[in-house]
Amino acid sequence: MKKLSARRRHPLAALVVLLLALACTGGLYAAFAPASKAQADETAQSLAIDEGKKLYAVGCASCHGTGGQGTTDGPSLVGVGAAAVDFQVGTGRMPAQQPGAQVPKKKVIYSQAEIDQLAAYIASLGAGPAVPSEEKYGPEGADIAKGGELFRTNCAQCHNFTGKGGALTHGKYAPTLEGVDPKHIYEAMQTGPQNMPSFPDTTLSEQNKKDIIAYLDAVNGDDTVEPGGLSLGGLGPVSEGLFAWVFGLGALIAVAVWVAARTAKAKKS
Amino acid sequence: MSTTANEAPRSRGKAPAGERVADWADGRLGIYSLAKANMRKIFPDHWSFMLGEICLYSFIIIILTGVYLTLFFHPSMNEVTYHGSYVPLQGQLMSEAYASTLDISFDVRGGLLIRQIHHWAALIFLAGMFVHMMRVFFTGAFRKPREINWLFGFLLLVLGMFTGFTGYSLPDDLLSGTGIRFMEGAILSVPIVGTYISFFLFGGEFPGHDFVARFYSIHILLLPGIMLGLVVGHLILVFYHKHTQFAGPGKTNKNVVGMPLLPVYMAKAGGFFFLVFGVIAAVSAIATINPIWAIGPYRPDQVSTGAQPDWYMGFSEGLIRVMPGWEINFWGHTLALGVFIPLLIFPLVLVAIAVYPFIESWVTGDKREHHILDRPRNAPTRTAFGVAWMTVYFVLLIGGGNDLWATHFHLSINAITWFVRIAFFVGPVLAFIATKRICLGLQRRDKEKVLHGRESGIIKRLPHGEFIEVHEPLSQEQLHTLTAHDQYRPAEIGPTVDENGVERKVSRGEKLRAKLSESYYGEESQIPKPTVEEYKEITSGHGHH
Amino acid sequence: MSSQDIPEENLPAAQDHAHGSVKVADEENPFADPGLPPHEHRIQDLDERAAKRSERTVALLFTVSMLATVGFIASFVAIPVDKSVYIWPLGHISALNFALGMTLGVALFAIGAGAVHWARTLMSDEEVADERHAIEADAETRAKVHADFKQGAKESVIGRRKLIRNTMLGALTLVPLSGVVLLRDLGPLPGTSLRHTMWSKGKLLVNMNTNEPLRPADVAVGSLTFAKPEGLEEHDEGFMNEIAKAALMIIRLEPDAIKDKRELEWSHEGIVAYSKICTHVGCPISLYEQQTHHALCPCHQSTFDLADGARVIFGPAGHALPQLRIGVNDEGYLEALGDFDEPVGPSFWERG
Repeated sequence: MKKLSARRRHPLAALVVLLLALACTGGLYAAFAPASKAQADETAQSLAIDEGKKLYAVGCASCHGTGGQGTTDGPSLVGVGAAAVDFQVGTGRMPAQQPGAQVPKKKVIYSQAEIDQLAAYIASLGAGPAVPSEEKYGPEGADIAKGGELFRTNCAQCHNFTGKGGALTHGKYAPTLEGVDPKHIYEAMQTGPQNMPSFPDTTLSEQNKKDIIAYLDAVNGDDTVEPGGLSLGGLGPVSEGLFAWVFGLGALIAVAVWVAARTAKAKKS
Repeated sequence: MSTTANEAPRSRGKAPAGERVADWADGRLGIYSLAKANMRKIFPDHWSFMLGEICLYSFIIIILTGVYLTLFFHPSMNEVTYHGSYVPLQGQLMSEAYASTLDISFDVRGGLLIRQIHHWAALIFLAGMFVHMMRVFFTGAFRKPREINWLFGFLLLVLGMFTGFTGYSLPDDLLSGTGIRFMEGAILSVPIVGTYISFFLFGGEFPGHDFVARFYSIHILLLPGIMLGLVVGHLILVFYHKHTQFAGPGKTNKNVVGMPLLPVYMAKAGGFFFLVFGVIAAVSAIATINPIWAIGPYRPDQVSTGAQPDWYMGFSEGLIRVMPGWEINFWGHTLALGVFIPLLIFPLVLVAIAVYPFIESWVTGDKREHHILDRPRNAPTRTAFGVAWMTVYFVLLIGGGNDLWATHFHLSINAITWFVRIAFFVGPVLAFIATKRICLGLQRRDKEKVLHGRESGIIKRLPHGEFIEVHEPLSQEQLHTLTAHDQYRPAEIGPTVDENGVERKVSRGEKLRAKLSESYYGEESQIPKPTVEEYKEITSGHGHH
Repeated sequence: MSSQDIPEENLPAAQDHAHGSVKVADEENPFADPGLPPHEHRIQDLDERAAKRSERTVALLFTVSMLATVGFIASFVAIPVDKSVYIWPLGHISALNFALGMTLGVALFAIGAGAVHWARTLMSDEEVADERHAIEADAETRAKVHADFKQGAKESVIGRRKLIRNTMLGALTLVPLSGVVLLRDLGPLPGTSLRHTMWSKGKLLVNMNTNEPLRPADVAVGSLTFAKPEGLEEHDEGFMNEIAKAALMIIRLEPDAIKDKRELEWSHEGIVAYSKICTHVGCPISLYEQQTHHALCPCHQSTFDLADGARVIFGPAGHALPQLRIGVNDEGYLEALGDFDEPVGPSFWERG
């Protein structure tokens, strides 16, 4: 077992697992295709759960307990759903590296296939929100303006007007939403990671979530037009004041020094 | 049609047109006697004397751009549905004020540029006034006869802060609305009359439908009108008193050395207006300010993190953020000290610096005119007080931005708040002590330089093997500059018994003044400047080091 | 005061013997003012070619300004107001704003730079000294003004005819009162309006996002929901004033996590409804940390423990957030069981 777990940390392990998983599912699909499709799905699902369980035992069990029931180091994962796993592992927050005020976003160490397997395993422990499909967070049919209103009511208090993030108590913070995958934003709203409250579909409908994501893309996306020029971090008057002092007044003082300076005298040149 | 009437223009006809216009004006306005005194008025050259001009010019720029903005802005809080060209707000309910600001930003060609120039110029105006005030403070330019002009300048700073605040509130966006809400809460905390003032200001309950229109008339008429008057008065006094100057050869308390207004300062100061305007226009071309479209329209149930006022109100924001939540309930009344105390300290912080000149002149008892500026090191107590005041100010600015400090430096917001609470009291004391010591050190170095010359960096070996650094004696210009400053002696309480042997009552004020004077000018607080005798003694025995 | 004046000899000696004239070095006093240093010429004063160069530079700057103004007008006409352009490092910005700002900036800066360069290199740079005159009037003038004033005052008989003086002062004191009285209609009197909100018994809690009434099952543990009273719509005339007081923050806790007895009593199955308006200065407080149950105000960082009666645990707020007593009506919807027990929002004198 020790050997196996050592190998699993090998950089190529993920690839091997992925290929194996693909080969297995592909082979099984070929074998069972003529039969009922549901059965095939079920089998693939149970295979994924098995693989996920193994991954879980290696990477997660030390904090969350062998059965996901939680320990003093990590909360119970029963009923958190696949969406929570996809968010936490997919943004690199899990597995956590060190205790602190808040677990930060890091480099993702699992492949998407592994994440899916982990998610399948956790979902099997108790019912919870599933990973959203793309049409749920895609831009089609979204009302950007409504999304803005919803964002200002539900999100801006922590994440700032345009999702630049902000401070919480005792070193915790609401992270920036810039460059975050729409799927992960959707999952965060569904599941409420760490200290973020959840916004379940019963109080923030699927359409509401779609609108919010479309609004964020419009005001904080890669191609967002900032008509006035540099957005100065989108942080409001503090960065504007700093800019006015350093570059505005700074430039003017530099000019004033030139205006008032003595012109070079002939004998010195 | 008489002959005399015909003759007079003919003789004048030979004069150039400009001269004739000037003659015409002089006959009605007496401009020649005015020009005689002022046309060749002398202004000294120093970059720090142009800080005030930065303020003047940004003020003019603000007025010019502000007039343009009034042509498009609707100061109304009527609810409208937005149908303009900014997509992420289309169909949203908002006030007409907010909608018209969006139109200025997106649909009026050049409107965004003018809005940004207006706002950037406002930030620079206030930053300029702050720096200008510090220059005047640290060089002692506020001394007689300029105390009134100091107060004019101080009033301009305070009025500028409130003009800025009312202007920031006009677009009725979520950020400024939050600021107004804060203001309402602060007014409510005032004992007895708070609720009444708030209801009169907002025309009822917050937010009501009136404050944008009311702030509009305050922002574009009342406050700038007063400021314009003060600016004119400020400038007249600058002309009347003539500019101060730093000590130097040929520069005395009875003259002013520099270049004449016509032509040099006409070109330099006139040109500087264009330079200031050009720089602010370029800043407005490259950097966004107050992107109200991204902030959204105001609603009292919405908010964003990072809700701060513009920088000049930042220290009041700091006061309110770090204050502990004290509240007293008694006899059916509530005294919200957590809000009211900061509301009282806010003007006190400003008044502390405003009254300083009068305190200093009382301590020194000096009633003479001062036109030669002090180097900050030669007035250690004043300099230390100024630095201590700035420490309070900047500590509070940190408090006002504590959330951004927390996120950008990975700190705990609670820890920063506690730091500011402690530094508010400890910081100025430490800054005072450190500054005074630095000033005394610099005075010692000046004395050293006068008596022993400038360290030339050349190392010489004497015949008996000793290495010495060659000190170059200073020129007379330098010697004069370094020894030209005033040094006061501490005032003592005079004889307490008069010539008839009757004991005189020594008032408490007199005792306090003697104490203050001792702390200002006692042995601990200034290094006696070198005397001619000391200098001669050392230089006569040349070669000794 | 004069008896307390500091004697003259304590003040430093005046050092204003020189009047700016060029003086020779003083053998007796090496610290004496040597007077203005002799004027030195610039290259432009001696070399006509250098002066010509300066002239051309100034003219070039003025020409640049003219071109920039032409550029400004051309940009204004040619660039559509909604066109965006990518400029490194500024990002995607409005082409018109950038073009207008830069051309205007250059047009203005070049005029200024030209004028200053002209002044610095071609206008005379000889420093001159101007004499100052005492601001104070001489004794004679002073005496004359005092005498004139006294005579004027005497001729007005104001000192003698006290009745005139007193009634005049009375009239002048009273007349501004009209202006003060006129301000009365700026707003209504507060009355008890700050004590009441729109909430009353039986009002349903309507979800801010979906505009639907909330059921207990909708609110999950760890979730955050904002609500308004039934019947308050965004386009209503009084929406802003009402929502400024009535906005609610709804969370659900495990009932045994609720430490405060009254909070538990006023909740429904662990669902608690608190005012969203901070008791400090009225920001909509809503930075809810679902693990710690703390709510932080984004404006001034007052922190409330929502599991313990929303008491203040940090920051400048003076008292706990008011809680709204809630229950469930016959149809299974969450409803208010009355108005808030105390005024919401910032403290005020009459709050008590």
